Amino acid sequence: MIITLLFYSFAAILIIAALGLITSRNPVHSALFLVLAFFQSAMLWLLMEAEFLAVVLLLVYVGAVMVLFLFVVMMLDINMERMREGYTRYMPLGIGVAVVVILEIGNVIWFRSQDLPFLTVPEPHPAGYSNTKELGAVLYTEYVYAFELAAFVLLLAIVAAITLTMRRRPGLKTQNIAEQVAVRREDRVRLVQMESTKDSDQ
Amino acid sequence: MSSLLAYIDSLVALIGLPVVAHYIVLTSIEVMLVILLLMGTVAYFTYAERKVIGYMQNRLGPNRVGWYGLLQPIADTLKMLLKEIIVPSNANPFLFYLAPLLSLLTAFAVWAVVPFSDDFVVADIDAGLLYILALTSMGVYGVIIAGWASNSKYAFLGAMRSAAQIVSYEIAMGFALVGVLMASGSLNLRAIVVAQEGTSVLSWFVWPLFPLFVVYFISGLAETNRSPFDVAEGESEIVAGFHVEYSGMAFGLFFLAEYANMILITALTVIFFFGGWMSPLAGVPGLESSFLAQSSFAWLALKMAFFMFCFLWARATFPRYRYDQIMRLGWKVFLPITFIWIAVEGVMVALEVGPWAA
Repeated sequence: MIITLLFYSFAAILIIAALGLITSRNPVHSALFLVLAFFQSAMLWLLMEAEFLAVVLLLVYVGAVMVLFLFVVMMLDINMERMREGYTRYMPLGIGVAVVVILEIGNVIWFRSQDLPFLTVPEPHPAGYSNTKELGAVLYTEYVYAFELAAFVLLLAIVAAITLTMRRRPGLKTQNIAEQVAVRREDRVRLVQMESTKDSDQ
Repeated sequence: MSSLLAYIDSLVALIGLPVVAHYIVLTSIEVMLVILLLMGTVAYFTYAERKVIGYMQNRLGPNRVGWYGLLQPIADTLKMLLKEIIVPSNANPFLFYLAPLLSLLTAFAVWAVVPFSDDFVVADIDAGLLYILALTSMGVYGVIIAGWASNSKYAFLGAMRSAAQIVSYEIAMGFALVGVLMASGSLNLRAIVVAQEGTSVLSWFVWPLFPLFVVYFISGLAETNRSPFDVAEGESEIVAGFHVEYSGMAFGLFFLAEYANMILITALTVIFFFGGWMSPLAGVPGLESSFLAQSSFAWLALKMAFFMFCFLWARATFPRYRYDQIMRLGWKVFLPITFIWIAVEGVMVALEVGPWAA
């Protein structure tokens, strides 16, 4: 009863957030709506006892990806007039893509669920059940090669991105921290022995 | 702690509510207890901060309101409550008000999974460590939204700095916690403390995981935007950073959230590396039967107080890092240290030394 109520409220907010994401005119508002949508879907996963996925969704998408997204979006100077210029020109293409996506989603939801019993509530797991442990056990045994491969692809992407930004600009003044730390007094200070003099001598 | 809880439980049972309502009432009382304790600690932590830094700089600190200035935090709170909250023109009022609430919400919600003693924790959930990581990473939204909704360039610059900094240090922090996970074998915070149980201080995780402890604590300083990493405030160059446009209690909420987060970092440092509520005198001969050798909430509080002092000490001693130095430290120093130490831990597990001794 309470679970059902929670589910519908989370789902309703999720749909509202998703609609807000595509309809709001300000890109920062859109990004914030996306954050809300992620949060609500994490809540839905939590209701399905998939706490590891829920928390990781929050940690990765809300905590890191969307922060960087907002970082970029907030700094853009977006002119909505110019953004809308090609609206009618790209309309047919947009409709085409939308139809394909809707068909695919329909395929997954409708045609594949034909044989399944309608609205089955999954059995709740016993108290000692740890979603994290189960997932880890599967991920590091059965799917270990796929998992490592995915990690490798991501690593490759990171290396590629860093290589793109690692360019030497001539004449750029940079610090060499090791050199700064290794500096000794003798390199910088010269002590000069001088006889003391009186004012009258000068 | 447990007797107090049992007492409250029996009191609530007197009303004779149904099971669900009983649970809700009991949990609410527990939450209120934790939050009241936290608010009181925050209030006197600000007082301690001003006193400690005062003495370190050869000043007296607050000494006018009440005996030795002890009522100063209350006077400050009253002042902030009575001040007007000004919304800048052309600011987005909804987001402007939402930002401090978000900061405070995440700062308080994290405490749900923090165990105070062996039998007192509001929510003893299995994935407690992940929950903490997720919520602390959400705290940055308060800062970003505040900076953007204020419609001020200084606030915006502060928000940008804070976002980049928190995202960078979160990674080092997360990897430091991977080391703790490998040592304890559990994501549950209570289980992590219990895993450090042993004959003496030597069974605490700080010894086998010392580099990770250093990385975690310093990342904690950075994550809470404390000096020497407080470029998000950076009063010498960008006025007060993200909260420059906030006045009155709206600013007060940011302040409260920042201090609650600092106390959280100290609590987590103690729980992950210093045996939580375990007594450091447990193995000392001659003290076995005395209360000093018993593990209790007092030990947790004492250890936390030490690390809270370290926060203040760092603020009074270190000059602020330059921005590129902060990034360098996070990505090029801390991250490799955690990688290397996780590998070292792997070797330790294979050789069965330290906490992995069979």
